[in-house]
Amino acid sequence: MTIVREPMWDDAPRSRTQALSRHLLQFLSTLGWTARILVSSVAAFPSVLLRRSGRADFSAQLYIVGIRTLPVITVVSLFIGMILALQVGLELRRFNQEIYLGAAVMLTLLREMGPFACGISLAACVGSAIAAELGTMKVNDEIAALEIMSISPIRYLAAPRLLALIVMAPILAFYCSVIGTLGGGIVGSTQLNVFFQQYISSALSIADTKDLFVGLLKAGVFGMLIGTVSVAEGFGTKLGATGVGRSTQQSVIVNFLLILMFGYMITRVFYR
Amino acid sequence: MRKKFEVQGSKFKVERGGLSKLIEFRDVVKKFNGVPVLNGVTFSVEKGEVLCVVGPSGTGKSVTLKHLVRLLTPTSGSVIVDGVDVATCSDAELVKLRDRIGYLFQGGALLAWMTVAENVALPLEECTKLPDREIAVRVRHALRAVELVAAADKYPTEISGGMQKRAGLARAVVRESDIVLYDEPTSGLDPVTSITINRLIKKLNKELGITSIVVTHDLQGALAIADRILLLKGGKAVECSTPAEFTQSQNPDVREFLAAMKGETI
Repeated sequence: MTIVREPMWDDAPRSRTQALSRHLLQFLSTLGWTARILVSSVAAFPSVLLRRSGRADFSAQLYIVGIRTLPVITVVSLFIGMILALQVGLELRRFNQEIYLGAAVMLTLLREMGPFACGISLAACVGSAIAAELGTMKVNDEIAALEIMSISPIRYLAAPRLLALIVMAPILAFYCSVIGTLGGGIVGSTQLNVFFQQYISSALSIADTKDLFVGLLKAGVFGMLIGTVSVAEGFGTKLGATGVGRSTQQSVIVNFLLILMFGYMITRVFYR
Repeated sequence: MRKKFEVQGSKFKVERGGLSKLIEFRDVVKKFNGVPVLNGVTFSVEKGEVLCVVGPSGTGKSVTLKHLVRLLTPTSGSVIVDGVDVATCSDAELVKLRDRIGYLFQGGALLAWMTVAENVALPLEECTKLPDREIAVRVRHALRAVELVAAADKYPTEISGGMQKRAGLARAVVRESDIVLYDEPTSGLDPVTSITINRLIKKLNKELGITSIVVTHDLQGALAIADRILLLKGGKAVECSTPAEFTQSQNPDVREFLAAMKGETI
């Protein structure tokens, strides 16, 4: 598929109604184009893994997504776990039910907050970087140069990034849940008089395979959304440096919104 | 060789006995937001020819070039490369066509995370099944042609603008393309580097028979390297002639352009 796109209309709109309808059509066209980026990238996954240069790019992206974001994700998930434990623990103490603190924190993290913390961290750290990088390449004619050399930007740039996000997001979400649970344990043992061992046994007693897999699925979907939106925003960049800034901002906003919406929808499907 | 140029407003016919037309623009109109940037451009380029496209800024020179590789498609009219209509051909035909065309962008368009040599090797590594040793030989040969062997292991940000353009040129020709499109290859460069690049374009044309279209503001360079010069003004082709004919032309647009280039006022 072609990445360097022309405007849909050569002439200026003749009326406000026409301008409005063109905006709507443009929006729908962009949605379709983004979906095509996702489908074409997924179709290019085998090519990424089979080619030597593709494997090298994929490994580099795994490092960027998985390792370089670890410090941020660790801090975010640790504090989310601590806040959760504090808020829930204070309420449980009113009913003398602190022993369930571990279960409450673990359940919330596995089902919702682990994938969510992972998703927002990846959208902020990785998604924005992808949009900015590809956007800069677009305005510097590097994407056009690749197309002219018959090197598909989808296979060469989009697919390794998307694949790395889909692979790493569930792993990072699980990591978030573990770190968050530990953070909750620290708060429980230091401020709520819950023994750490008791907290961990309560947490493990509630941990369910379904919760784990739904959480991992959610994270995988978030990874796919972040990759697709960020790549599409980067490839769609126009108007030089201003356009790069706008694409980066837009990718973060759209990713945050989609993470919330899809998070709800997946929960609704699995927990009725 | 018989040459006949007939200029009628924006259109002219070119006939050069014995040579085949490799590239043809047929009454190409390109509008952006209702405003025509190209307004009925017709010209042709013969195999092995160097055509320099000159004209004031905003007259559609780079837009003309982008039509040849379908980065843009015409609002009306057609662009034909070796018998293939670029705007309507299939994706497979487009890939074949692009394989024959090298394109030098204004800024070089080198990938920042790769060294100069890796950038030049990229089209060979990604689009051919050549062994690594053969790729290395071809890359070295291309870098030698643009006098950049010493900078092979440097990154684009570590070399000057002129060197980046030369690296872009090496990448454009490394696949042994028979058509190379140059988008302002000497803009922003000092006179010495400009002369070096112009010499390279001529050398590649003479030694490898590469058909070249050079979009440029450098009139002296165009006069030195072009077989013909095409003047675009207001989205129309107003003159297409040999350098000698161009400088002697009585076309008022050409006189105005030449005077402006010399810093005179009319």
